[in-house]
Amino acid sequence: MFKYIKQLTSLVAMVAVLFAFTTETMAAKKSKTLKNTQKKGFVRCGVSQGLPGFSNADAAGNWTGVDVDVCRAVAAAVLGDANKVKFTPLSAKERFTALTSGEIDILSRNTTWTLSRDADIGLTFVGVNFYDGQGFMVRKDSGITSTSQFKNGISACTNIGTTTELNMRDFFNSKGISYTPVAFEKADEVVAAYDAGRCDTYTTDKSGLAAQRTKMSNPDDHIVLPETISKEPLGPVVRQGDAVWEDIVRWSLNTMIEAEEYGITSANADSMKTSDNPQIKRLVGAEGEMGAAFGLDNEWNLRIIKQVGNYGESYKRNIADTGILPDRGPNELWTKGGILYVPPSR
Amino acid sequence: MKLKKILPQLLTLLFIVLIFGFFTMNAQENMDTRGIEFGFGFLKQEASFDIQFSLIDYDGSRSYARAYLVGLLNTLLVSIIGIILCTVLGVIVGIARLSPNYLIRKTASFYIEFFRNIPLLLQIFFWYFAALRALPMPEDAPLLLGSSFMTIKGLYTPAPVWNNFNIFLIVLIVALVIIFFFNKFAKKKQEELGKQYPKFLISLGIFIIFPVLTFIVGGVDLSWSFPQLKQLALTSFTYEGGMGIPPELIALTMALTLYTATFIAENVRAGIQGISKGQKEAAASIGLTTTQVLKLVIMPQALRIIIPPTTNQYLNLTKNSSLAAAIAYPDLVLVFAGTAMMQTGRAIEIVGITMATYLTISLTISLLMNWYNKRIAIQEK
Repeated sequence: MFKYIKQLTSLVAMVAVLFAFTTETMAAKKSKTLKNTQKKGFVRCGVSQGLPGFSNADAAGNWTGVDVDVCRAVAAAVLGDANKVKFTPLSAKERFTALTSGEIDILSRNTTWTLSRDADIGLTFVGVNFYDGQGFMVRKDSGITSTSQFKNGISACTNIGTTTELNMRDFFNSKGISYTPVAFEKADEVVAAYDAGRCDTYTTDKSGLAAQRTKMSNPDDHIVLPETISKEPLGPVVRQGDAVWEDIVRWSLNTMIEAEEYGITSANADSMKTSDNPQIKRLVGAEGEMGAAFGLDNEWNLRIIKQVGNYGESYKRNIADTGILPDRGPNELWTKGGILYVPPSR
Repeated sequence: MKLKKILPQLLTLLFIVLIFGFFTMNAQENMDTRGIEFGFGFLKQEASFDIQFSLIDYDGSRSYARAYLVGLLNTLLVSIIGIILCTVLGVIVGIARLSPNYLIRKTASFYIEFFRNIPLLLQIFFWYFAALRALPMPEDAPLLLGSSFMTIKGLYTPAPVWNNFNIFLIVLIVALVIIFFFNKFAKKKQEELGKQYPKFLISLGIFIIFPVLTFIVGGVDLSWSFPQLKQLALTSFTYEGGMGIPPELIALTMALTLYTATFIAENVRAGIQGISKGQKEAAASIGLTTTQVLKLVIMPQALRIIIPPTTNQYLNLTKNSSLAAAIAYPDLVLVFAGTAMMQTGRAIEIVGITMATYLTISLTISLLMNWYNKRIAIQEK
C-alpha cells in the first residue's frame, strides 16, 4: 500500500514537472512582441535621423547601415523577408520614450550601452554591434593635432541627450580646461554650426565624426584627433519584460557575427548546409533545433545570412566601402585581432 | 427641477474623473510592467552636464533642480527681452502704418506682411545660420562703439565691475519711489489748481542726479573689464574678459521680436483706427497739441482695444521661445525637457514639470495684463 502511494506521488510529481515545463515553453512562445510583429507583418525599428554608415535613408527612402541591418536580420528571422521593416527616424531625445511607449520594438540607433540606461529606464541592451569611443574633430588649419593642445575658452559643439555631453564634461574637468558647450537637438544643426565656425571643435562618437565629416562643405578641411576619451559600446535595445523578443534580437545579431567567424556569407550559405562542421551546420539550420526555443522555424538563421549577410559583409557594404572608416579597428573578429566575440549558437 | 439642472453637471464631472482615472491607471500599469518608477527624487541628483549660458552660478556638479532653474531663467530672459522689444517695435510700426507719408506707410505694411507670413522656426534658422554665417570670425571682427566685438561666436562687450553696487541699487530704488510720489502729487495739484509741472523733466532729473550722487559721496565705483582677443590655436580665436552674449540668444531674440512685433503693430493700428475721428477733431479744437491729442485722448481709449489681443501675443512669444532648442539656446525645453530628461529617463515627471512651468508663466502674464487692462478701463463716475 505504502509503495503504491509513493509511486503515485512520484508520478504526480513527474506529471507536475512535465506540465510546468510545457507551460513554460508555451509562455516562452507567447512573446507579445513577436506575436504582434507577425500579425502586423513588419518589424518596427527605431533608427537615427541620418547617420551615414549606421542608419541613413537615400532619396528614395531606402534605409542602409549596420544599425539598419540588425533590424533587417530580425525581420528575416521572424517574417522571412529582410525588407519587412518599418523604420522610424528618432532624435537622441525621443529614442527611449519611443521604445518604452511601444511605438517601436527595436531601437537600433548608435546607442551607447550604460549601466543607468540598462537598469533605470525600462530598457534592455541585447549586445554590441559597434565598439566606438568619443573623439574630437577640429579644423585642419588650426594646427591642433592632439587634445593636449586645447586651451581655456574653447567652444565645443555637440548633441543634447547623449552620453557625449557627460563625457565632454569629465574630459575637460579632468584636464582643468574651461570650455563652452554648445548643444543642439539635431545632428544636422551641430554640423552646420561647427562648419560655419561657431565652435572650435565638434565632439561625438568617432564613428559619428567620420560619418558627419562626409556631410561638411569641405571634408578635407577637418581632421579627427587621435585621442579617444570614452568607451562607447553601441548596440540594439529592446523593451524590458519580453525575454523571448530580447533573445531573438540578441541571437540575430550574434548569428551575423558568428557567421563571419565561420566564413559563411550570403553567397555560400546554402552550400554550407552540407558542411562537415556541425557548428556551421547549426548556423544554417541544417542541424539541431536552434529556432524552437524562440518559437521560430529552423532556418531563421539561414535567412539572416542569405538576405542580410554576415557582419563583415554588412560592415564592408556600409562603413568601409563608403569611405567612413575603412579600418575595422576593434570591430574586427577576435580571431583577427579585434574584440568581436559572441557566445556560440548551440 | 433641481435634479434636472444638477444631473448633467454631475455626469460631466463623473466623465472627467473617469477619463483621468483611466489615464492614470493605464500609465501606472504600463510603467509597472516596464519597470519604470515614478518619483521626483532625481531632482536632487547631480546633473553632471554643463550649460553654455547661465544667469546664475551653475556647473555640472549641481543638481537637476538647479539645471531646471537655469533653463527657466534663460526662458524668462529671452521672453522678457522679446516682450519689451516687440512692444516698442510694434507700437512704432503700428503708428507708422497710419502715417500720412506714403513711403513710411508702405514700408511698415511690407514689413508686417513679410514677417507675419513666414513660419517662425524658419526665421529662427535664418537669423541663426544665414545671418550668423555672415558675421566675422573673432580675429577679423571690427571694433563696435569703441569696445565691443560682434563675431560668429557672439557679441563681446565690456562688463561692468562694481564697487558698493548695493548702495547704488538702493538709491536707484529710492529715486524711483520719489518719482512715483512726485507724479502723484503733480497730478493732484493739476486737478486742484490746474497748474502743470514739467513732470517729465523733473522725473528725469531725479532719476539721473540721485544715482550720480552715490558716485560722488556714496563710495560707489564703476570700472569696466574689456574683452581681449585670445589665441586658442593657429587659426582659432576667442575673447576673454568682458561680457559674452551668445549668438543663439541674439538670433532667437531677433526672430521672436520681428515676428511678434508684426501682430502687435496690427493691434496698435486697429486700436487707433477704432477711435472715431470726431474725438481727435474735438480734442484739437480745444487747443491741444498733436502729441497731447495722441497721449491724452486717443491712446487711453485705444489701449482698451489694444491690450487684450496683445496679451495673447505676449503669451505666444513666451511659448514660441521654446523653439530655442533648435539652435542650442539653453532654455527650459533644451536643458530640462531635453538633456535632463534624456539623462534620467524620467519622461512623465519632467514633461509634467515643464508643462506646469509654462502654464504658470502664461497665467502670470495673463493676470498682470488683465490687471493692467482693468486699471486703464473707463471708470464710471
